[in-house]
Amino acid sequence: MIQKKRQKIKKIDIKKGKKSWLYSKIVKEHFFHPRNVLLDEKNYRYDGKGIAGNVLCGDIMALWIKVDPKTQKIKDCKWRTYGCASAIAATSMMSVMVTEKGGMTFKKAIDLKPRQIIKRLGGLPRIKLHCAALGLSALKEAINDYPKNKNTK
Amino acid sequence: MLFIDLPLKNINKIMKQIYLDYASTTYIDPCVLQKMKPYLTIGYGNASALYSLGRQARIAIEKARQEVAKILGASSQEIIFTGSGTESVNSAIFGIAGAYKDKGNHIVISKIEHKAVLESAKKLEKEGFRVTYLNVDSAGLVKLDELKKALNKKTILVSIMYANNEIGTIQPVKKVSKIIRRFRKDSILPAFHSDACQAAGALSLRADNLGVDLLTLNGSKIYGPKGVGCLYVNKNYKIEPLIVGGHQEMGLRAGTENTALIVGLAEALKLAERWREKESRRLRKLRNYFIKKTLKTIPHCQLNGHHRKRLPNNLNFSIAGVEGESLVLKLDQRGIAASTGSACTSAELTPSHVLLALGLPEGLAHDSLRLTLGRKTSKKDLEYVLMVLPKIVEDLRKISAIKI
Repeated sequence: MIQKKRQKIKKIDIKKGKKSWLYSKIVKEHFFHPRNVLLDEKNYRYDGKGIAGNVLCGDIMALWIKVDPKTQKIKDCKWRTYGCASAIAATSMMSVMVTEKGGMTFKKAIDLKPRQIIKRLGGLPRIKLHCAALGLSALKEAINDYPKNKNTK
Repeated sequence: MLFIDLPLKNINKIMKQIYLDYASTTYIDPCVLQKMKPYLTIGYGNASALYSLGRQARIAIEKARQEVAKILGASSQEIIFTGSGTESVNSAIFGIAGAYKDKGNHIVISKIEHKAVLESAKKLEKEGFRVTYLNVDSAGLVKLDELKKALNKKTILVSIMYANNEIGTIQPVKKVSKIIRRFRKDSILPAFHSDACQAAGALSLRADNLGVDLLTLNGSKIYGPKGVGCLYVNKNYKIEPLIVGGHQEMGLRAGTENTALIVGLAEALKLAERWREKESRRLRKLRNYFIKKTLKTIPHCQLNGHHRKRLPNNLNFSIAGVEGESLVLKLDQRGIAASTGSACTSAELTPSHVLLALGLPEGLAHDSLRLTLGRKTSKKDLEYVLMVLPKIVEDLRKISAIKI
C-alpha cells in the first residue's frame, strides 16, 4: 500500500496548483485587468476628486467621480492607484460597485464598508484589509468635493 | 525577440520559468542530492551509537566537518553544524553574549544586518545589553569611523555581515577585523562575527585571512539543502549553547545530527568553492550587462547599492512610481520569479530596513526590485526580462496615482 501511494506523489506541479496565486481569483482578475482607470486626466471633466493614502505605507489612491445632478447618483468613477495588487484590485472593484446598476446614491456610497468590497473581491489577506478602506476614504473625499465643484459651475 | 509580437495568452504557453531569486534560496544541486541520498535511506544510524550503522554516520559527519573546515581555513573542532543560517547567527550572538556577559554588555552591529542579527541584538537589548547600530553610506558600506568610535572596554561582540542579502554590497571585512584587532591589543574581546550566507560561492571564506572569529554559513543559498547551517567559532572563544539536551556538536548544539543535511552542506560548499571564480566571472558579466540595459531602457530607474563592491549575482533597482509587490506579481505572471523590499510584502507594512538605511526615501524603498542570478541564469533569460520589464513598468505607471 505504502509503495503505491509513493508512486502517486511523483511530481509537485506548482504552476497548476490552485493556490499558486497569492490572492483570490477576482483580485487577480481586477489586478491584471483593472476597470475604470483614468488614463487621460486632462480631458476628463469631473464633479469631485479625492486622494487618500501616503507613500509611507505604500498606497496612494486618486479618484474622480461624475454625478447626475438630478438623482444625485454616481454616474462615473475613475481612479488611479499606486500600491500593491490588493490595493489596485480593491479600487477597481469599488469603482465597479459604485457605478453598477445605474450608479450608487451618495448616501449609499458613504455608507459603503470595506468588508463589502472585500466580500466582492472574494477576500483579502488580513494585513491587506486597509487597502479596501483607503479606496473608500478617497471616495468620501470625492463626494465631499462635489458640492464645491457644483457651486463654482 | 521570439515573443515580441505575440499576445499575452501565447506568451504564457511558450514561456519558461525564469528564476531570479537565488539570494532567497536555490535548488539543490543534483551532485549534492546524490551524496545525501544514502543517509536519507539506508544510512539512517544515529551518529552517537556504537554499532557500525551509527559509526558510518559519525564518519560521514566528521568528514563533512573536515571539508568545511578546510574551506574556511580552520580546524574541524572549530565547526559546529546547526539547523539554519538563522540558528548559526543566534548561536553566535547569544552564545558570545552568554559566555562573556561578565566581561561586558555592549554589542556593535550594522544597520543593514539580516533580521536574524538585528532581532537577536534587539532581544539582548531588552535583556540589558547596549547595542550600537552602525550607519552605512548611500552605497551600503559600513562607516568604519563610527565603528572605531563605538568600540569600548565593555564591547564583547561586533557582528557585521560579509555581503548584504538585499543590495549585495560587500563589506570591508578585513578592514573591520584589523580595526577590532588594533583595539583589543592583548584581550580576545570584542569577538568579530560575520554572517557570510550570501557571500558563499562568490567570495573567499577563509576565516584566517578575513580575521573573523565567528562565521555563519548555510546550505540553502549554495545549492545545498535547506534546514542546515554551520558556525565557525575560533578555538580561542567559547560560546554558550543555544539548544541544550545532548552532547552533540561538542555540547554546543544538542539534538541528533542530521547526517544527510550535514553531508549535503559540505558537498554544496565544496562545489561552490570549486566553481566560485569561474561562476562569479560569468555572473558579473551578466549582471553588468543587465544594469547597463535597464538603466538605459527604463526611465527614472536607479541601481541601489555599490556599483563595484557588489556580489556578482545581485541586482537591486528602484523604479520610481512602480510599487514592488505589483511589479513582482506582474513579473510572476510572465514566468519571472523576483523579489522586492516593498512594505506590502512584509508583515509589518514597513519597507526594507536596508534600503531605508541607505537614505532612500520611503517611496523609492517601496519601488524596489531585487533580481539575483544563479547557476541556471543565462543571457537569454535576461534578454527576456529586459523585454518584458519596460512594458510592465509602463503599465503600472499608467495606473499609478503618483506621476513621475
